[in-house]
Amino acid sequence: MTKPDLATIAGDLATDLDRAFPGYVRATADGIFSGSLRMLGDRGDAEDIMQETYARAYAALQGYSTARIKALKVRGWTWTIAANLCRNRLRSRARKPQSSLEGFDVAGTGADIEEQALSQIEVTLQKALLDLPFPQRAAVVMRHVLDLTYEDVSVALDRPIGTVKADIHRGLARLRLAYPEEAI
Amino acid sequence: MTDRLIADLERLSTIAPELAVNAAIAASGAADGYVTRPSPVGTLYVAFTGRGVSAVELADSPQDFEETFANLHGRPALPVAHMPRQIERHLDNAIATGKPGRLPLDFGGLTAFQQAVLEKTAEIPTGEVRPYGWIAKEIGKPGAVRAVGSALAKNPIPVVVPCHRVVRSDGKLGNYSLGDPSNKRVLLEAEGLDLNTYESLADRGIRFTGSDTTKIFCNPSCGPAVRTMAEHRVEFRSESDAREHGYRPCKVCRPVTIAA
Repeated sequence: MTKPDLATIAGDLATDLDRAFPGYVRATADGIFSGSLRMLGDRGDAEDIMQETYARAYAALQGYSTARIKALKVRGWTWTIAANLCRNRLRSRARKPQSSLEGFDVAGTGADIEEQALSQIEVTLQKALLDLPFPQRAAVVMRHVLDLTYEDVSVALDRPIGTVKADIHRGLARLRLAYPEEAI
Repeated sequence: MTDRLIADLERLSTIAPELAVNAAIAASGAADGYVTRPSPVGTLYVAFTGRGVSAVELADSPQDFEETFANLHGRPALPVAHMPRQIERHLDNAIATGKPGRLPLDFGGLTAFQQAVLEKTAEIPTGEVRPYGWIAKEIGKPGAVRAVGSALAKNPIPVVVPCHRVVRSDGKLGNYSLGDPSNKRVLLEAEGLDLNTYESLADRGIRFTGSDTTKIFCNPSCGPAVRTMAEHRVEFRSESDAREHGYRPCKVCRPVTIAA
């Protein structure tokens, strides 16, 4: 399946939501999946978040005017939904500690991500990401794993750009500590 | 400072699993998801929305199914790895027994009449058959026998909604819409109906059978009728034939309309 160009998607969605929606999902799903996976550290959770995100996106788009859809910055807007869902997922894990990051931690080598053949440092990095406070983790993932603009990140997390930049700066600094000294 | 950290972070980006992306599209309602299941008549393609199973089809290939589905329903169907839980839990049993049971069905787009026909059809027990006219009478539209036939011809969920159990009143099996017409026979035999016996009765013009111990008459495939021992089995050509001999209709298979 071909993935439509991100730039034309808002227009396509505004013209014919049902027809354009599958293309919109295909064009943005890798990002939503990757980001959720890195924020949550679990593939099953990432798949859930992806499904829930698009179910909500579809419902929301049905209620939007054509003009509003046309003006959407699609990636950032989709992430406003996904980031909220990731944050909620972490909160509900915190309430039910038995379903926390055990799967990831106990496996040690990162059973959830091993099939992607991550290098040792990438596994370490994933673990270090999971140790960051959520706003830093989410901002670092969106900016540096997904390559979203600061502006998109700011919209998605509903935080001022300055705050986002500071979060990213602090987050990166903490991640550097995960590297052995000679590597930096 | 470019740095190794930034480069490593970029490499944490990955690809979403195709089937999960399909499931996300299906969950939004912009497309149906589908899975395949084996059956006595070949591989069944089972499509569903968030509300329930929307279609069952036979097809030669996934492409073939996707094309047929899109033409028929006006929306795409995409292969997925997982179904909504209620469907996952009840689908295999529904296919095996030819009964929806607790499997949720999505009759979206069907008229109230079509739905009534399908819901009544779903009540026919496994391994039994009923005439088109029986459905018409049971749903309170005794004159609509032809309309029942065309509603069943358009049954979007065959096998699970067992339209193969609805036959002509002369005992011939009649048409079937899922693949080859002989599939009706295959499905009925697979669920244990003794077609030889059933058809030989029909050929001799026998519409009902009864038991001389209970004085009850039934549709010939009704469970109690089938189990009646040969020396007690009596045969009738019509309702009046049975009534004249002092028989009353079975309350389970309701071979004729029973006054309330």
